[in-house]
Amino acid sequence: MSYLLKRIAFYVFTAWAAVTINFLIPRAIPGDPVQALITRSRGQMTSEAVQSLYVLFGLDKDASLVEQYFTYLGQLLRGDLGLSFTYFPSPVSQVIGDGLPWTLGLVGITTVLGFLIGTALGTGIGWRRGSWADALIPVTTFVSSIPYFWLGLIAIALLTGPDSFFPASGAYDGGLVPNPDPQFIGSVLRHGILPAFTILISSMAGWILSMRNMMVTVSSEDYVTVAHAKGLSDRRVMVGYAARNALLPNVSGFALSLGFIVGGTLLVEIVFSYPGLGLQLFQAVGAKDYPLMQGVFLIITLSVLLANFLADVAYLALDPRTRREG
Amino acid sequence: MTDAVLEIRGLNVDYGLGDEAVHAVRDVDLTLHRGEVLGLAGESGSGKSTLAYGLTRLLPPPGVIAGGEVLYHPDGGAPVDVLRMTLPELRKFRWAETAIVFQGAMNSLNPVHRISSQLTDVIKAHDPRSTPASRLARAREMLRLVGISADRLDSYPHQLSGGMRQRVMIGMALALEPKVVIMDEPTTALDVVVQRQILRQLVELRERLGFSVVFITHDLSLLVEFSDRIAIMYGGRIVEEATSADLYRDPLHPYSHGLLNSFPALRGPKRELTGIPGSPPDLRAMPPGCAFHPRCPHAMERCGVEVPVLGIPGDVRSGHDAGANEPAPADRTVACWLHPVHDDGL
Amino acid sequence: MTVVPSTAAATPAATPVKRRRLRFVANRKASIGLAVLGFFALLAIIGPWIAPYDPSGRSSDLLQGPSTAHWFGTTHLGQDIFSQVVVGTRSVMVVGFIAGLVATILSILVGVTSGYLAGAGSEMLSALSNVFLVLPALPLMIIITSTLPETSTLTIALVIGLTSWAWGARVLRAQTLSLRGRDYVEAARATGEKTWRIILFEILPNLTAVIASGFVGTVIFAVTLEITLAFIGVGAGGDWNWGTVLYWAQSQQALAQGAWWWFVPAGLAIALLGTALSLVNFGIDEFVSPRLRGGGKTNVKTADGRTVRMRVGFTPVLGNAEGREGS
Repeated sequence: MSYLLKRIAFYVFTAWAAVTINFLIPRAIPGDPVQALITRSRGQMTSEAVQSLYVLFGLDKDASLVEQYFTYLGQLLRGDLGLSFTYFPSPVSQVIGDGLPWTLGLVGITTVLGFLIGTALGTGIGWRRGSWADALIPVTTFVSSIPYFWLGLIAIALLTGPDSFFPASGAYDGGLVPNPDPQFIGSVLRHGILPAFTILISSMAGWILSMRNMMVTVSSEDYVTVAHAKGLSDRRVMVGYAARNALLPNVSGFALSLGFIVGGTLLVEIVFSYPGLGLQLFQAVGAKDYPLMQGVFLIITLSVLLANFLADVAYLALDPRTRREG
Repeated sequence: MTDAVLEIRGLNVDYGLGDEAVHAVRDVDLTLHRGEVLGLAGESGSGKSTLAYGLTRLLPPPGVIAGGEVLYHPDGGAPVDVLRMTLPELRKFRWAETAIVFQGAMNSLNPVHRISSQLTDVIKAHDPRSTPASRLARAREMLRLVGISADRLDSYPHQLSGGMRQRVMIGMALALEPKVVIMDEPTTALDVVVQRQILRQLVELRERLGFSVVFITHDLSLLVEFSDRIAIMYGGRIVEEATSADLYRDPLHPYSHGLLNSFPALRGPKRELTGIPGSPPDLRAMPPGCAFHPRCPHAMERCGVEVPVLGIPGDVRSGHDAGANEPAPADRTVACWLHPVHDDGL
Repeated sequence: MTVVPSTAAATPAATPVKRRRLRFVANRKASIGLAVLGFFALLAIIGPWIAPYDPSGRSSDLLQGPSTAHWFGTTHLGQDIFSQVVVGTRSVMVVGFIAGLVATILSILVGVTSGYLAGAGSEMLSALSNVFLVLPALPLMIIITSTLPETSTLTIALVIGLTSWAWGARVLRAQTLSLRGRDYVEAARATGEKTWRIILFEILPNLTAVIASGFVGTVIFAVTLEITLAFIGVGAGGDWNWGTVLYWAQSQQALAQGAWWWFVPAGLAIALLGTALSLVNFGIDEFVSPRLRGGGKTNVKTADGRTVRMRVGFTPVLGNAEGREGS
């Protein structure tokens, strides 16, 4: 259990670091973004909303930095991330709340699936080393070097069009209202297929390569030779002895590269105009919508930390050596 | 003791193919008799482990078996050639007839599975109709046999000491009651006290269960003590084979002599430790003639030209300490020009 | 460890350094990768001189497909895309190299220090690199760069370099920790050798391959990040790079207009550069861990003319014993 507690402490620390970065960076913004917003809102903003933005961006010149910091933390704890410039006058928390389910659904599912499928394929290629499957490696290397968003562009160019089954943008047909009926769900699935495949193909490639290398390395471990010497079936040796051990570094690699993968997958949302956090971040960048940018950064970071923690728990379940049995 | 259980004939093992092939084991003939402990000794790189991995076909790439036969004699059945088996036949043969205990006590057990599952999966693989309960009972029995309490079944390898892990491996090796157990430096990584305990236990178990052992080590004095016969390897060939008593009393090959003087004897009169000058030959650039001649204190001109043949020496009389004058026994062979073969005409 | 299988076949560890270096260049993957990398480096240097047109210069050939005059076609403003890609190479290579260099230096400082020194300071450095490792890089870069008053190729390179050292530091720390316990390091410490001398002469030389592979990995990361940032419109203002080409292609609806030539060349260039860098890294990996090496032929012919694949656990039998291999 001490292992888990240590990890939790680490994630809390990292979350705090992310919040603090979020607090410090806007204080470096030259000029007064809040003033710009107030001008744009033409007096529709309540004085409370203005005050909240001032806290977020450190323009409350009367307060010391420490005071500002604590006011800021208090505001965050209440879930107040300020007002979005682009979706004015919606609060950032509401905007993100709209986008988060789409991102979780698309990016969450495909990232995990990509890892699982890639690992399975890498297991087979690594085990049958020297067979025809090795010819896949150069292809996979090439695919893994392609940025996610470019693959999405190609998919749109080749597979979408006026007569195509695949829509080029959005998460569901414009005329539908989000509710759980078959028509809506069907539309969501149809819109999700291309972005999902784009993410799957690009993220899989990396896992194939790393799992293949781990399989090759583990295959020459003594315990695998012992398993062969025991006359176990090829399948049992491959799965129970080689892959089971090769999986461990791959899982910790998954946890560590989540932050990187998520960055790439957000771009796919932009290409497909998929209404998740990635698209919101893109719009925020274009409109210099700092509150939304920061809110998205914070939420993505917290989600990645949570996912990381789950990967840690998985690792704990997979490797008995990290467990303390007493 | 005359009944053969494993016969190796003309075994050649290479690393790599074609012109790049390194010949790690050359023309080895060796017979393991029922119930005996056959020691296989030599420096590292002499080919002793390659021989063991080769005859079980467990050598990883780029190892290949270039030729030869490994005949296994089942109880009352016709001999089968391990090298001609198909993969399914080989899988069935492994562990049930020939089990192996490997060098690394640390790495031989799968770190992510419990001891129980590693003991039972091999039983299940060879007897799919056994019940989980019977397999578990057998696993418990095997642990008891090697002196480990049954509650260790639920442990993971990292929770056991090195000595315990090696005992588990020995217990696992005996789980299917094989006729042959090959041990590749099974105690090298352990401290001397644990080493003695395990070896004593092994001798006991062999007496009880009657399997044969091929025991591979670089520590010749260890072999002298508890093996019946010893084969010495150098540069991929067997250079001398004799009963332990004969070999200890009167090593014929200068290499055996040097090897014997490289380790302190555990019992008996003290010898002066001299060791062997020089280092083992590079397998890719073997010296011509006898591979040992560059290091040999008694090298003659002939040694650098002709490879000596392994055979019964013509000049040795058995038990010459006692003054007897019998010819050397048939199980005493050497490959050295100092002791030309009996019917060589010299 | 089983001594026999590797020592007899592979070259012993005592091989002279010079011969090992040559072997790295002789590695097919690494040499292909280095050749492609050399090509892009050359392009980065001479690009602006060999580009047939001014990449920003407009012409009357609006949105033309590839032709002899415009190899990669033109944009909606009549700009030559070939020139944009060629000129853009410099910015990509510069960012990759500078960011890689900055991140590698930082990762050596943090990784080796936290690996060699024990105690609270070491733990803190390690926690710091873990924090940087799990923070999602792209959103972090976006909020940093959009805050900067001015961004040039150089500032982008520096920001990427300053935020992406964590992976290298983590790997180096682990390696240093294992090196620290080695006999020769212990011996150097016992004889009273100064700490900086031990790190410089005993530890660092043994980390060369890890450092090199970390550098190449960071270059891949930096190039991808720069292009991604440019694609979403954050980044170097006036400079052309492959991401800017894609940004304009996307914002001018190149897809909807069927102008595939607008985004295909830049994308292929990214993939080619990424593949080249990965190949160099595979070369390093195989150099460091011989198990991954292909080892030449994997299929062997037996005496009776059949072909058998070499595999772990079932040594093939050649020669007189005509072993029949099932399955």
